[in-house]
Amino acid sequence: MPRLNSPKDLADTRLHIRQICREQHTVSPFIYVGMGTCGIAAGAGEVEQTIQKELSAHQIDAEVIPVGCAGMCAREPLVDIQLAGKPRITYANVKPSEIPEIITEHIINGNILTKKAYAQLPEHRHWLEKKSAAENLPSYHELPFYSKQIRIALKNCGMINPESIDDYISQDGYRALSKAVTGMSQEEIITEIKDSGLRGRGGAGFLTGVKWEFCYLAKGQPKFVICNADEGDPGAFMDRSVLEGDPHSLLEGMTIAGYAIGAQEGYIYCRAEYPLAIERLKKAISQAEQYGLLGSNILGTNFHFNLHIKEGAGAFVCGEETALMASIEGRRGEPRPRPPFPAVSGLWEKPSNVNNVKSYAMTPQIILNGSNWFKGMGTERSTGTAVFALTGNIKNTGLIEVPMGITLREIIYEIGGGIPKKKKFKAVQTGGPLGGCLPETALDTPVDFDSLTAAGATMGSGGMIVVDQDTCMVEFARYFLTFASAESCGKCVPCRLGGQRLLEILTRITQGGGTLDDLEEIQYISENMRAASLCALGQLTPGPVMASLRFFREEYEAHIVDKYCPAGVCKGLYSYEILEIQCRGCGLCIKSCPSGAITGSKKEPHVIDQRKCIQCGACYDVCNLEAITVIPKLETIEEIRTNN
Amino acid sequence: MRKNNPRDNPFAEETIDLKHLEKILDEFKGQKGAIIPVLQRAQYVYGYLPKEVLQAISRKTRVPLTRLYGVATFYAQFRLARRGRHIIRVCDGTACHVRGAPQSIEAIGKAFQIEPGGTTPDYKYTLEIVYCIGSCGLAPMAVVNEKVHANIEPDKIVDELKKLD
Amino acid sequence: MASIKLTINGKSIETHSGQTVLEVAQTAGIYIPTLCYHHALPPEGACRMCLVEIERQRSLQPACTFPATDGLVIHTHSPEVEATRKFILEMLISDHPLDCMTCDAAGDCRLQDLAYEYGVKGGRYQDGFKHSYEVNDPNPFIQVDRNKCILCHLCVRACDHVNGVEAISVFYRGFNAHIGFGADGSLQDSPCEFCGSCVAVCPTAALSPKLASGKGRSWQVEKVDTVCSYCGVGCKLTLNVRDDHIIKVESTWDGPANHGWTCVKGRFGFDYVHHPDRLKKPQVRKYLLDGKKKPKSRNGKLWQWVETDWETAINITAEKLRTTRDKFGPDSIGVLTSAKCTNEENYLMNKLARQALGTNNIDHCARL
Repeated sequence: MPRLNSPKDLADTRLHIRQICREQHTVSPFIYVGMGTCGIAAGAGEVEQTIQKELSAHQIDAEVIPVGCAGMCAREPLVDIQLAGKPRITYANVKPSEIPEIITEHIINGNILTKKAYAQLPEHRHWLEKKSAAENLPSYHELPFYSKQIRIALKNCGMINPESIDDYISQDGYRALSKAVTGMSQEEIITEIKDSGLRGRGGAGFLTGVKWEFCYLAKGQPKFVICNADEGDPGAFMDRSVLEGDPHSLLEGMTIAGYAIGAQEGYIYCRAEYPLAIERLKKAISQAEQYGLLGSNILGTNFHFNLHIKEGAGAFVCGEETALMASIEGRRGEPRPRPPFPAVSGLWEKPSNVNNVKSYAMTPQIILNGSNWFKGMGTERSTGTAVFALTGNIKNTGLIEVPMGITLREIIYEIGGGIPKKKKFKAVQTGGPLGGCLPETALDTPVDFDSLTAAGATMGSGGMIVVDQDTCMVEFARYFLTFASAESCGKCVPCRLGGQRLLEILTRITQGGGTLDDLEEIQYISENMRAASLCALGQLTPGPVMASLRFFREEYEAHIVDKYCPAGVCKGLYSYEILEIQCRGCGLCIKSCPSGAITGSKKEPHVIDQRKCIQCGACYDVCNLEAITVIPKLETIEEIRTNN
Repeated sequence: MRKNNPRDNPFAEETIDLKHLEKILDEFKGQKGAIIPVLQRAQYVYGYLPKEVLQAISRKTRVPLTRLYGVATFYAQFRLARRGRHIIRVCDGTACHVRGAPQSIEAIGKAFQIEPGGTTPDYKYTLEIVYCIGSCGLAPMAVVNEKVHANIEPDKIVDELKKLD
Repeated sequence: MASIKLTINGKSIETHSGQTVLEVAQTAGIYIPTLCYHHALPPEGACRMCLVEIERQRSLQPACTFPATDGLVIHTHSPEVEATRKFILEMLISDHPLDCMTCDAAGDCRLQDLAYEYGVKGGRYQDGFKHSYEVNDPNPFIQVDRNKCILCHLCVRACDHVNGVEAISVFYRGFNAHIGFGADGSLQDSPCEFCGSCVAVCPTAALSPKLASGKGRSWQVEKVDTVCSYCGVGCKLTLNVRDDHIIKVESTWDGPANHGWTCVKGRFGFDYVHHPDRLKKPQVRKYLLDGKKKPKSRNGKLWQWVETDWETAINITAEKLRTTRDKFGPDSIGVLTSAKCTNEENYLMNKLARQALGTNNIDHCARL
């Protein structure tokens, strides 16, 4: 690879790559396979092998391009085919057995396999030959999942080959870096980022430009640029998708930040549980170094910047910036009080700037398109877009990027497609295990930093978990608390001991041993943890409990007073009953029951023997007719009757 | 630093070859704050972090042993006890319990001479008991090296496990 | 250092920058409770007892780490702050043995003092899990009782910053975090040098001197300041004396030579004081006292040591030195002094050797 010694070199290379790509495309079709962690888990590896086999069987000279996650997790594995002069066509939920038919029909015969085709991307690679749109096939922006999305951080995810710097450059990659280091002063970049209103996408929502300015103004050298890629929330994978799907956007963003604040070294702190992301980052760094887009004299300027990867070792608290830096230094990942802020005294007590993956990934776009473009999206105080990992009891699970200010309802019902299996929506948890849950009445809350906080949840890093009627909110809160308290570093008293005591109380309630005083106690501990803990982990640990107690107090009271878990989750606090009118005697439940508690002859309503039932819920899950229902335990009902 | 006492671990000399450390330590020589990558690499080589290895790292890098232990016990990734090559997790949640998980646990224990939570002396198997994997319809069940075994029976699961290398 | 003006509890204070809020408050005589703070060690901000309300700050801030800057308005005892401190103590007490009646630290325990001050009793979370660590560290000097540890990290910092051996660290994390040594073994098997700095800063009885166990508590002892008799550094120590017996050596932080820190000898090596073999009066061999010739046999009575008074002993020594010098010349005598002597004493020995005896043969044991 030649070294790029000027912005002109970069521009020439871009044109050159596009030209080669165009030439190649006239002779060979492009096949894109979604090869993110989620795609691979869904079987993309086997799909890709089958494609290769089929291509060689037919002696087709096609280019198979592995791409990152396009966000439609529910539709993985995804295979896209693009023929010369035609739009890119997406096939979803592709099984290896379907590959021969797709290849024969689409590549050999040149027809879209309509029964399997999912959508088309006519605007993809705008610099390729003009394409005629396929008829009767929706474009991505016409799909409900995509129509409300605007992709900035995820712009290239699922579109380009993350292991090819050329692919990134062909999509205007590193143009922002070139503009920044050769055409803008440090102050101009900081001003641009400040004006854009970009707030840290890690969760706290601090203004990125202001953070950069602090670090720029701080005395002392060397300075460090650090990327927090220690995404540890259960149910969140936004950062992973960027790292796996578009690593160069992170590299470019960090290099721009390095130039702006005057740093020459950068660290990417990535959790070790993301091996694919680490591998792709390493590859991306070495490619950028070969092009001279990292290292000394970037693009022929006097600016030098090197990037290193540091692997985390399994500690959620290292997502806190001071703990993260302690971990890079090789110490226990314990946070320390701020001030001093990292901008003044960070890594090895030198000025350091820590941002989330998405914040850096958005930076090049802001530099390229200007702050006004970014500000034009979102709300006044939360500009731009937000990335969410939409999971839980929702039809279209996946990764989405939406303009700030969109409502939760739009995300859940329009993008997410609502709740599957005709179940009822119960709550949506934002902000991961340190966030909070919101009930149906809050669904019209706009999604932005301030509104979510005011409503009782948080923006967090981007986990969004939707739960339906079958989720017990007490147990849900207990689950997050178990996670958060196990991840407490143990340094400060409120978090170390408060989390444990809170967990004990919640466990007691889910076991039917709670009292109404416990609810006061929860409130008391929670408020004090929030006020007194050293870092955000301790301050936010009680978040899910407080939110669920605020919005679902009646569920807590049912557990305590009636010894009843209305969702049928907490063992021993409910029983199952078969509704005679609904049951058609299909026998599915009898087969599923592990304890032989269900009896009944075919086509007659079945009965559950409560003495044998162990409340495992297997029957409830298999019944298609909603004939099995959750009721309080018989003993409890009798007890209440006798007391009355 | 006190000398390593070989009596602390009867397997020390047979199983732990400190030679492998040299390469790791050379690679990170002079790097600031390289404790965690060194421990990660050492664990990759040895499968866990034996006391001897930590002592050797401490001696050679002059990082106090106490600090190494503080770090190694802080991060979830690090293991201080050796585990078997095959990790057997048997569910003993309510559904599995009533469907006969205890019998399977007992059979596995007898066949390989291990207690729940324990590891066989040849470090082939580690037996762990878990509580509900959320697949009660398949009870009783076990997960062996990430592979799910549904409706297990004492004899069959033992046979299945014996087939592993 | 710029001069700054800030307000604490309505009182205007003029001071200089470069200090923490806690330091400014303490200098101004304003009390802020602390547990994990020690003036001789870097602040940690872990215990959260010193949280104060600072106007225009989003949340309560630890006074021990927050830099004092111009214009701060601070409230150290607002109702919110006081309620939070009470909560902190309730949490600590919920995982702490309530055995103050038999605890050596009673009366000299910061946790006990603060629980008293804030009216915190045990019981509120009595159903909660309490740790029960074994108390069995076999070393001869330091009792390690992790059940009483409040994880203030003072011992960790003392060991790291003062002694530099890093024998103590926190192991594991969260609720299961505890202090540990070496390979999570005993203190003896760690690099510990038993300087006892950790014991000196421990606010409870998690680390306490074994020699003092059961021998008396702070209000039962007389405190006697002294200078350590072991070497020439001149460490200032405070002896805890009960019934004319030293039971413990305590740190005094104003010692000009050692600022409160000391080594294992100064901290724990005081048992010689009450040892039956200790010489309390000068002794001379009987033949010298009797003015006889040196006996040939070393088994006879004349060879035995006999107690005498200082004057006799010194006279005999002087006489012997004089005759030796006169008979064999000054360089037949060598003088060896001790690093355990003070500077002044060594100076005088130097004078004695060179001027009185007339020899340059003088040295001291610190070179050995």
